[in-house]
Amino acid sequence: MALPKLAVYKFASCDGCQLSILDVEDHLLDIASVVHIANFPEASREVVEGPYDLTLVEGSITTPHDAERIHEIRRQSKYLVTIGACATAGGIQALRNWKDTDLFASTVYANPEYLDTLHTSTPIKNHVEVNFELRGCPVDKMALVEVVAAFVQGRRPNIPEYSVCVECKRKGTPCVMVSHGTPCLGPVTQAGCGALCPSYNRGCYGCFGPMESPNTDMLAAAWQRLGVSHRGLVDAFRGFNAYAEPFRIASDHHEALAVAQGE
Amino acid sequence: MTSDVRKIDVDYLARVEGEGEMHVKVVDGKIEDVYFGIFEPPRFYEAFMEGRPYSEAPDITARICGICPVAYQMSSVHAMEYAFGTSVTGQLRALRRLLYCGEWIESHVLHMFLLHAPDFLGYESAVHMAADHKDVVELGLRLKKAGNAVVTLVGGREIHPINVKVGGFYKTPTKKELQTLVPELEWSRDAAIETIRLVSGFSFPKVEQDFEFVSLSHPLEYPFNEGRIVSNKGLDIAVSEWNDYFLEEHVERSNALHSRIRKRGAYHVGPLARYALNFEKLTKSAQDIALEVGLGPVELNPFKSIIVRGVETLYAIEEALRIIDQYEEPASPSVDINVHAGVGHGASEAPRGMLYHRYELSSNGRILKAQIVPPTAQNQLTIEDDLMVVLEDSLELPDEELTWLLEQSIRNYDPCISCATHFLKLNIERVTTE
Repeated sequence: MALPKLAVYKFASCDGCQLSILDVEDHLLDIASVVHIANFPEASREVVEGPYDLTLVEGSITTPHDAERIHEIRRQSKYLVTIGACATAGGIQALRNWKDTDLFASTVYANPEYLDTLHTSTPIKNHVEVNFELRGCPVDKMALVEVVAAFVQGRRPNIPEYSVCVECKRKGTPCVMVSHGTPCLGPVTQAGCGALCPSYNRGCYGCFGPMESPNTDMLAAAWQRLGVSHRGLVDAFRGFNAYAEPFRIASDHHEALAVAQGE
Repeated sequence: MTSDVRKIDVDYLARVEGEGEMHVKVVDGKIEDVYFGIFEPPRFYEAFMEGRPYSEAPDITARICGICPVAYQMSSVHAMEYAFGTSVTGQLRALRRLLYCGEWIESHVLHMFLLHAPDFLGYESAVHMAADHKDVVELGLRLKKAGNAVVTLVGGREIHPINVKVGGFYKTPTKKELQTLVPELEWSRDAAIETIRLVSGFSFPKVEQDFEFVSLSHPLEYPFNEGRIVSNKGLDIAVSEWNDYFLEEHVERSNALHSRIRKRGAYHVGPLARYALNFEKLTKSAQDIALEVGLGPVELNPFKSIIVRGVETLYAIEEALRIIDQYEEPASPSVDINVHAGVGHGASEAPRGMLYHRYELSSNGRILKAQIVPPTAQNQLTIEDDLMVVLEDSLELPDEELTWLLEQSIRNYDPCISCATHFLKLNIERVTTE
């Protein structure tokens, strides 16, 4: 029986999430034995025609051309998974969504008329139906292996949806907010990184995006008790998953308060 | 009058990090135009960083590149520390070098084994190559993993490490933790030598250019984070003088800015440049094996960059072992930062070449202006020059072979088009008029 065909596509991104596939050194050749890597330009010159059984999409939609291209990819894909914060939430480049992109272009480029770019950076799900979203900036490489394995085995990937706090408790990492007053996004951020930052004595900065139903108001109040300003809260929520709805709403709320209070 | 149009299109250059385009036009057997364009969608980092706190620069700029995030973290923290008049010394400085060693190993090995070697051995990819050369691919994967292990231990994770901050680290490892890396690094030292012998046996097109090589140069060590910017044609400047000597241009065909040396033009950054300008700073064993496999102290053939990457990998492994051996846990994981208004410059040696950052900061440490000059943007003109030289020698090849050779010429630079912005389309147009 022919192996399922895997395709990997890239939009606006850093390449880090698709690189995770090459970073699973112990499993790379195993993956290649259960799926046919049919279209993965970063790794291979070979391009096998679609349709594809499993398509991994990295990056966000930021150009008119890409807004078209994603529809063609969707048509070629039976099961489409977005990988990483760019594809899932618009990425750090979604900070443009709060600014004047024409001004942005003229800040970086001498001749902005050469550029063809949209005013927004948006996640893939805003454009086409997505079958599964894998979070993270970057994704966890073993979670990526799980996504491929689950697909091959015909089951839903086993990916946690609880908060980073649960991972800290499991690891026995003392709470950085309680024990040394370090602001941490862990209580509102989805697990998946293994609660890395708290185990390095720093607060979580939200790589995996908002958990299911996060209580951003309570978290913001706790941060304010630690001395963080509304402006500081805007910076925190406007990070690598800035355009994910709960973080977007929270940052807009605190920005309005920062302006009102003359911060 | 008849005209014969010969056209080759490759829509997406493979085995590079990102997306770009090449266009070649040949009229009556004469090369009329060669360009290497970049159509990676612009992400506007320099613009959206305006207003963000200085302390976020290492985390934000890391996201420019998933292959060399440590380079972005290093150039940004050095620029910020320059602005605040702080320097990081002793074991914290050594730990930064160790982290960089890990990135060089993983990035160079990724390129040598998974992206570049398949060209020399005639395979579409490393996975195809593994069918006939499983031991070679497995050697590369294990060596790459050793580099990843260094980045993961010191940085927290291999892609977008979380432990780097302006002033040092959030947490420093214990000596015992670092020593866990030693057995695999010792294996890696032998594996790197085996790799150098292996790749030096490939056959190399005879292509040389009179490059202007540019890299950092430090009086005591092979450069990672510090030094003056020097070239083989007389450049010798402080990092803070960058904009006086280099120029960035925005051209229509590319979403990346092209760099040139003012009044001189194209230059070359990366392994060949570092090697040529710092050969005597390599470890003795790295120098010896380089000479043994036939490299001179200066190598002008860009196809042989794969051997030089091997030599630099060996250096990075030996430097990592030295740092671990001499490591003593520092009293504090970071030094204090005295925030004030200022301008900061930082340059460090990313695996694929020098990476310059400049920031203007407000009195409360917010970024007023950012400038980031990645290595691939600096190499863009040189890559075009190489394509021209290769084409001139190889026009008689059939389209398919010529296309592959030109792709390989671009891959010699391990271009990171994500960094430079990203999209490579290859388009060779041959026109014959009679």
